Amino acid sequence: MQVNQEFRPTIAAFCCNWCSYAGADLAGTNRLQYPADVKIIRIPCSCRLNPLFILRAFQRGADGVILCGCHPGDCHYTTGNYYARRRMTLLFSMLDYLGIERERTRVEWVSAAEGAKFAETMNEFVSTVARLGENRRLEDLRCKSE
Amino acid sequence: MQERVKAKAIELLESGCRVLGWKAGEFFYDVTPAVFTSREEIERDFVFNPFCGANQSKYLIAESRRGGRVAAFLKPCDTYSFQQLQKEHRILRENVYAVGVQCPGMCDMDALRAAGLRGVTGAEDRGEKLLVHTLRGDREVDRSLALSERCRVCKSKKLLDCDEMIGQQGEELVSTRFTEVERLEAMTPEERFAFWRGELSRCIRCNACRNVCPACSCEKCVFDNPASGAENKAPASSFEENLFHIIRAFHVAGRCTDCGECSRVCPQHIPLHLLNRKFIKDINQLYGPYQAGADLETRPPLVDFQQDDPEPSIVGERGTNP
Repeated sequence: MQVNQEFRPTIAAFCCNWCSYAGADLAGTNRLQYPADVKIIRIPCSCRLNPLFILRAFQRGADGVILCGCHPGDCHYTTGNYYARRRMTLLFSMLDYLGIERERTRVEWVSAAEGAKFAETMNEFVSTVARLGENRRLEDLRCKSE
Repeated sequence: MQERVKAKAIELLESGCRVLGWKAGEFFYDVTPAVFTSREEIERDFVFNPFCGANQSKYLIAESRRGGRVAAFLKPCDTYSFQQLQKEHRILRENVYAVGVQCPGMCDMDALRAAGLRGVTGAEDRGEKLLVHTLRGDREVDRSLALSERCRVCKSKKLLDCDEMIGQQGEELVSTRFTEVERLEAMTPEERFAFWRGELSRCIRCNACRNVCPACSCEKCVFDNPASGAENKAPASSFEENLFHIIRAFHVAGRCTDCGECSRVCPQHIPLHLLNRKFIKDINQLYGPYQAGADLETRPPLVDFQQDDPEPSIVGERGTNP
């Protein structure tokens, strides 16, 4: 999206209900700032993230997609994030293989107590994606609002 | 070989099985899988020639559930898919009589064309050689010249889980099947993007790759669901084919036996096997060697984990795509 000539990326952040989503809450109550470009989507576990969701987010205009889940070993459902980790590793490698910029996707483990880490991660990710510019390689023109 | 397979088909039919085999298609090279239920049909239509590349295991999902016994002729790569489908509880093994057929590699019309043969009207098996009939007379060529890509880099000639064998049991081979993947990995992201855009933009979304794939046998598919936003048959935007092929390859990751059917049936000649092989190569590298369908016990890599698996950020840290 272009506002006042300055490029603002659209970021889809899939956050696990049991950790990162609460981490985002904590960042809020602590008055920690992170860009409003981040659109948080709550999921019950990082393992719930179907690779199709990531591609659909890109298709519908996201410039970057980040998955936040519980630290390995801390999953609310014991092992969900281990499976998510394998899936995302393979998916990101495939996107890279297809020539998609590898900085557009990321996985970060953020617990409910890490509000500061959440804000810091989002600040850093938004500036990385902003530097890359608009997502052209995975976009679908029919889905874009502008 | 043709006579031995045909005789065995008649024998099995008379012992009370339906027979899953091949019959001639419109052209000599588009041999089609078919189920035979009478001796007359077999004598008239049954063929087994160097163009019988189709993987028969997928048809056993439905055939093994129709009641009665079905006999099938399986090549080594078919037996990998056969065993993988058993592992997923898709095939009722007790209803299948599997006859393993030794495979010297299957031929491909495109390979014949690439070898400079024109006006080809037929081909006959001569063991190491292939007798090719053309409009300008017959020519004998080396079978290796006519082999399809997947057979040139064959991973295994071993027949798994057969009730009977025709010909010799083979061995697992040292394959160079990842060479092309490595070549792509060595490119810059821009070059890779250009390569895949060039290939995938030819996709006409005929769904042949999905329909022929033994691993792609779900009864419900996201690409048939109008609510998924991904079901469009007509590729209206450049993203469409990317999404379809990434998701399809991902869904068979860890289950794909690398039989190469997707690339064989693609009417646009898109090298789809390179997507599957990338996943296979990554799985081998990151989570230890794994061959789908090689056995019935080991856990598939995507429904398994280790506590010290690499983090997804390894994709960026590895520098060039390894």
